[in-house]
Formats: sequence, C-alpha cells, structure tokens
Amino acid sequence: MLRVMTAAIGLASIAAAVTAWAEPPVGAVSCSGCHPASARVASPVARLNGLDRAAIVKAMQDFRSGQRTGTVMDRIAKGFTDEEIQAIAAWYATQR
Amino acid sequence: MKASRREFLRLGVAASAGLLPLPAFGQAAPRVVIVGGGFAGASCARALRLADGRIAVTLVEPNATFTACPFSNAVIGGLREISAQQFTYERVAADGITMARATATAVDASARSVTLGNGSRLQYDRLVLAPGIDIRWGALPGYDEAASTQMPHAWKAGEQTLLLRRQLEAMDDGGLVVISAPANPFRCPPGPYERASLIAHYLKTKKPKSKLIVLDAKDAFSKQRLFQSAWAELYPGLLEWVPLSKGGKVISVDPATRTLQTDFGKHQAKVANVIPPQKAGHIAEVAGVADRSGWCPIDPVTFESKLQAGIHVIGDAAIAGAMPKSAFAANSQAKTCAAAVATLLNGATPASPKLINTCYSLVAPDYGISVAGVYQPTGGLLADVPGAGGVSPAEAPRGARAAEAVLAEAWFRTITSEVFG
Repeated sequence: MLRVMTAAIGLASIAAAVTAWAEPPVGAVSCSGCHPASARVASPVARLNGLDRAAIVKAMQDFRSGQRTGTVMDRIAKGFTDEEIQAIAAWYATQR
Repeated sequence: MKASRREFLRLGVAASAGLLPLPAFGQAAPRVVIVGGGFAGASCARALRLADGRIAVTLVEPNATFTACPFSNAVIGGLREISAQQFTYERVAADGITMARATATAVDASARSVTLGNGSRLQYDRLVLAPGIDIRWGALPGYDEAASTQMPHAWKAGEQTLLLRRQLEAMDDGGLVVISAPANPFRCPPGPYERASLIAHYLKTKKPKSKLIVLDAKDAFSKQRLFQSAWAELYPGLLEWVPLSKGGKVISVDPATRTLQTDFGKHQAKVANVIPPQKAGHIAEVAGVADRSGWCPIDPVTFESKLQAGIHVIGDAAIAGAMPKSAFAANSQAKTCAAAVATLLNGATPASPKLINTCYSLVAPDYGISVAGVYQPTGGLLADVPGAGGVSPAEAPRGARAAEAVLAEAWFRTITSEVFG
C-alpha cells in the first residue's frame, strides 16, 4: 500500500513538473492586495481563496451594477467584463 | 500552452533580440535576479516562486529590515510606532528565495550579470529592478543630503520619519510648520496631503496655537476635493494650502535658518518638511533603463524595459502611465510581472493584463478616504479602464469615513502579510 502511494505521489510530482505554467486569469493576482491570501490575516475584507465561484460572480456583478454598495469594490468591479469575472471567480474557487 | 519548436524559437528570438538564447526547462533552472526588497521586489520574488518552483530566484537587498512608507505619516503624527512599519525577510527566504544582503552596483545587460558591492557577480536569465526612488539632491537649490538633517524629507521611511516626528515634538506651541510638496511625478501622490492632515491633527490636539502651511509646486493633487473639504471641517484656520498659481512653488531653501523661498516671498519655519523632486533608484540609471526624465519606460504587458532587453522594472521606478507610484500598485505590478516572466521563461507569450490600485489616506485617525483604479495596456502605456475607478463619495456620513480608516489598516496588514509575512 505504502509503495503504491509513493508511486502515485511520484507520478503526481512528475506530472506537475511537466505541466506547462498556466498564467492566472487577467486581473486575478491584484485582488490579494486587499483580499488576504493568508487565512491568518485579520481583515473585514473577504478571503477569496476557496470561495464559491457563483458567489464571487454574483458579488462582482452586484458591485458593478450598483445593486450592492461597496467602499472600493463598486469602483473596481466596473473595470472587469463578464468573461473576466467568470475566469477570476473560477480561479479563486480552486485556490487554497 | 505548449509551444511548437518553431513557435518556441520564434518567441525566444523575439524575446531576447540580440541576447543569449533563453534556457529551456529541463536543462539548468532559469535564474531570475531581483534588485530591491520593497513592496515591488519582495512581492515579485515570492510570486515567482509561487508561479514556478523551478525558477531560481535571488533577491538583492542590503538592509536586513524593511521600513514601510504607507502609514509612516501616522508615525510622524504620533499615532503609531515605527516598529509597526518594520519587517524582515525571514519568511521571504523561507520560500526558497536566495537573499543576497548586498547593494547592486552594476548591471551588464549583454552579459546578463549583476555586480554586487563585494565584487561578486550574479548571472541571470531575466533581471527585475525594483529600486524605488532616489532623491534628486540639488534639484531644489539648497536641498542636499546635509540639508535633509535639518529639513527632513521623510520620503523614505526610517530615521527621516523619526527625525521629523522629534522636531514636531520639540517645537513650542505656536510654531510654524511648513511642508513643501513637489511637482509630478513623485512617490505616493496623496502622501503629502495625508501627512499635512496628520500633522494638523497632532497640532490641533497637542499644540493648537501652531500653524501648518503646505507650499505646493502644483495646482491640483490626488483626492483634492475630499482632502480640502475634510480640512475645512477638521482643521479650519490651522492648515493652509498654497498652490502653484498662488506662489506655492518653493524655489530654494536655506537649511541653516529653515527658510523656504518662493517666487512670492519667504517662509521661516520652526519645522520644515521638504518633499523634494525624485527619480528612479540609482541602479536604474546604472543599468541604462532610466530615460532623461529619470524614470524607466516599460512595456505595459511584461514590464520589460523599453531601453534594455531582459531587464524588467516595477514599482515606483517605472513609468506606469496612469498607475500611481504606490505600494498597492507596486505589489500589483510585481505579481503581474512575475506571471509574465514565468510565462516568458516557459517560452510562451504573456496575455495582456489588467492591474488594480487602491490607496487609502487618513485625514484623521478615524477619517479615511480612498482612490481606486483599474488599468490595462493601451497604446503602449498603462491606461485607466474607462468607467472604472475613482475616489470616495464627496458627501458621505462620518461612519463611512470611519469605515475607510478601518479598511486602510486592514489593507496594510493584508499587503504586508503577503509581501513579508
């Protein structure tokens, strides 16, 4: 069993090593300036890593349309298209 | 993502015109050297390691401790201790980044090497320069390095920050404080006005007979209407702003008498804070990536220098179009540049990015205002995405201003955790 697991881990790391580097979606890396990447940071701003994709999309759409009031997100959400919001939300949903 | 051999060769040649061929993965690990361990450089180093653990990253930084500029105005105003501004590189090193505790003294772009103060050389496949700002000593007549011990600039946080605070603490009630603000561009566009606000707050609460004059080489500044309406509410009669058109431009200073000379007259201050003209950090000039403006033109997609192939410039030193010289912008640029560098080293073409900036300013400890922007490459520069961004609402209840002050502190904890924690 242990040998099987070791082999599996070995294969996984080889797979990781040969997978081409995938750029994060447009705009995504800037969010962690305010949204803590680390769970250890105390902040009233939501951590995006692992959040539900649909919840991120809805929040961004509501900020953009003005349905939801924000301090800065209403101003920032207007800079992103539907496609960009979908891609950013899908990416953060997979981040840990 | 996997490029064909022909495409790889085409991209490789395009990306390194006139230079050595890019190393392919599977051979030696590609080497990235980053010069400068501030918000830009340290962010870029960590983002690169996170993006692709095969890249060997070296961060060149002479100081063991970084002292952050954002919130240093609160230190000057007696609201915060300098220790809250200070960070070390232990966690950065723990990410597997090689720390070179040295000053970079020379760059050979064709040999792809950086020379350090001790004479040793670091070879790189790509170099990222994040040197921040240097003061243009002498650009304001009378203001040289010696003058800054009498009239501190406090525009690089640390001893200068504490010197200005001590001078304010030592001043008798009723004294005149003068701030000289420079023409654009300079580090932290709202910074002089946040500083004026927090010095005014200190004077109002500790030395109420005193006066603060801001002499400005400009007629307009960041978040101007928000600052001015808050000043009218919080500091009436205490804080006076003199724009360029009313004779605000300081044309010379005399440190011996703490006198600031404008076209219209002289101001003899008890405490004088001269925020002088600036330029990209020295190594940018040495590396040949700064133009005649003193700042560094870059490609807005990759942050690669327009003057030297293989060298990227991020943070305050870069000419980033509509993006201000702020810690948030530096961090955003650093992560975008790291992704572009990792993509280039993998033989692919980086996508056109979008970047964000958010800057909070404190007008009082419980009164925050902000400006935000979204940027994208347009016509070879980083331009505002139309319809996005802007400042806090002009009319807002005090509760909203207090909430922004809380968010400002949360932002500082978040970004310093990402960069140094």
